[in-house]
Amino acid sequence: METRIRVLVAKPGLDGHDRGAKVIARALRDAGMEVIYTGLRQTPEMIVNAAMQEDVQVIGLSILSGAHNAIVPRVMELLAEKQMTDVAVVAGGIIPDEDATELKKIGVAAVFQPGASLESIVEFVRSAAQRQAA
Amino acid sequence: MKKPGRVFETLSGIPLEPFYGRDARPDPPAPGQFPYTRGIHETMYRGRLWTMRQFSGFATPEETNARYRYLLGQGQTGLSIAFDLPTLMGYDSDDEQSVGEVGKCGVAISSLEDMETLLDGIPLGQVSVSMTINSPASVLWAMYLAVAQKQGVSWDRLNGTLQNDILKEYIAQKEFIYPPRPSMRLVTDTIEFGARHVPRFNPVSISGYHIREAGSTAVQELAFTLRDGIEYVEWAIERGLPVDSFAGRLSFFFNSHNDFFEEIAKFRAARTMWAHVMRDRFGAREERSWKLRFHAQTAGCSLTWQQPYNNVMRTTVQALAAVLGGCQSLHTNSLDEAYALPNEHAVTIALRTQQILAYESGVTAVPDPLGGSSFVEDLTMRMEAEADDYVRRIDGMGGMIHAIEQGFPQQEIANASYRYQKQVESGERLIVGVTAFNTQREEPIPLLQIDENVSSRQIEKVRSLRTRRDSKGVLHALADLRAAAQGSRNTMPPILEAVKAYATVGEICDTLRDTFGSWEERSVV
Repeated sequence: METRIRVLVAKPGLDGHDRGAKVIARALRDAGMEVIYTGLRQTPEMIVNAAMQEDVQVIGLSILSGAHNAIVPRVMELLAEKQMTDVAVVAGGIIPDEDATELKKIGVAAVFQPGASLESIVEFVRSAAQRQAA
Repeated sequence: MKKPGRVFETLSGIPLEPFYGRDARPDPPAPGQFPYTRGIHETMYRGRLWTMRQFSGFATPEETNARYRYLLGQGQTGLSIAFDLPTLMGYDSDDEQSVGEVGKCGVAISSLEDMETLLDGIPLGQVSVSMTINSPASVLWAMYLAVAQKQGVSWDRLNGTLQNDILKEYIAQKEFIYPPRPSMRLVTDTIEFGARHVPRFNPVSISGYHIREAGSTAVQELAFTLRDGIEYVEWAIERGLPVDSFAGRLSFFFNSHNDFFEEIAKFRAARTMWAHVMRDRFGAREERSWKLRFHAQTAGCSLTWQQPYNNVMRTTVQALAAVLGGCQSLHTNSLDEAYALPNEHAVTIALRTQQILAYESGVTAVPDPLGGSSFVEDLTMRMEAEADDYVRRIDGMGGMIHAIEQGFPQQEIANASYRYQKQVESGERLIVGVTAFNTQREEPIPLLQIDENVSSRQIEKVRSLRTRRDSKGVLHALADLRAAAQGSRNTMPPILEAVKAYATVGEICDTLRDTFGSWEERSVV
């Protein structure tokens, strides 16, 4: 029996723009994945704890506020501390190319910028989760 | 099976006929006549153009002040302040919640000192100022009023608008702090205070813009906005305010999106509906109470990362819809919307867009030029009917607060937003430059950068302020605010005292958090 892929979709920081995060959460659910949506104003600590408790393979971070350079590295740091580096992290929102490059250097698996298709995101999440199972 | 890229319905899903011939229905009354379908003034833009009001703010108060002076110098006719996320959420720049966020989405304002810098050299008796602030609206308004006092401008001469529409925060923008009922009390306090002391200021800007940006249809935007308005009127009446004492200062804020004719119909339907609500539902007697005045902003969510210069054309079409729809005030987005806050070059193009419409296109010469078009009149009536349906449903739920608690508008928005995204993914709706007509290589565009030392400068400023001010005065003022908040005294006077004692945004909001509690939403996806 195939176990379902588990994904945490999170809104870190003060940003309240949740349209993208919700659409993605729903698309991932439609694609057969188990999705936990954290809701708004999560700290990196809250996100990593939720990821641990929910035993997810993938964390999706949605940030449109420009605070990604402060927030995402903190999440990566905490995952390393808790030895959860097998969890894939993807980020999306308003993240310029230069910053996206830096985020990938610290281990973010993918950065989705405005205009990314749901299909491409779902496929990426699926393959990232399956890589872990392997 | 629908041909890809060709959908014969509006963005809201209203089906469109192959053509609209003359019909027997009479035209609505002339501009300036109830129910103002064709415009709230007889002469509209012949008498006075809409206010060109670019929403603006970034980094430090000094830098934002410079941008305001630039925009006013370039022909903007009103100010609109954009605050950063910490300020919007009632946190000081040095709060641990503010890390990484200071000055990024707007200007950082932690105290009256910052507000004084922000408005330095801006004559408040002559320039109208709009403030996009919601949960801490009373606090920022108090700071503005204190600056006006220092400038020697009496409050009865002040023109401007506070967004201060907390209901749409729970529905869409999500910048809520406290639970709904205490928040409504704060809003009612400002309406009451404004009616008495700042009579030319709009204490609320009842907004659909954010509801639309969150993914609602135009009909939902219209319905939820007006139903929010109804809730504010009910609360003010419950407070004991005669409806005509405050209704004339309720203002509105709508999105101006891509579907050109639907947007124009939406604005016309909004005026029609509100006039009836005020006269027939609430028994208002004065014309000013019946007239829906609105600010419009072109749709940020429609602008793309890919081929950003296309955004200039999108914004132009959307701005034209707002003008043909009779807005009183307009913000046009900049081409770099999907990347960053506007840089000077991009915001200048956005302002020129309005100026070209105003001075070169000729559309300002005749009010409601599309009035009488069978298509536009039909669409106006349909939108009114569909929006009325929603209003009745929400009435049936016991009002908007109940509807919000049940997750109703939030779910409608989430469904509409998903439906739209599926239409884009399937090719039913095309986005030029994104899902079609792509270019292989994108030219990078210059972007406004927010320096990381903005945060350290603002942190230092607020920390220094706390050492220089009279701490006893601050504590006394906050204690008085707490007492007022716990009781039923209007909170504006104690907030004013606190602000003048240089209590910070965070300190004042924390006092209110302690009293009212914090609100956490139950998410709907």
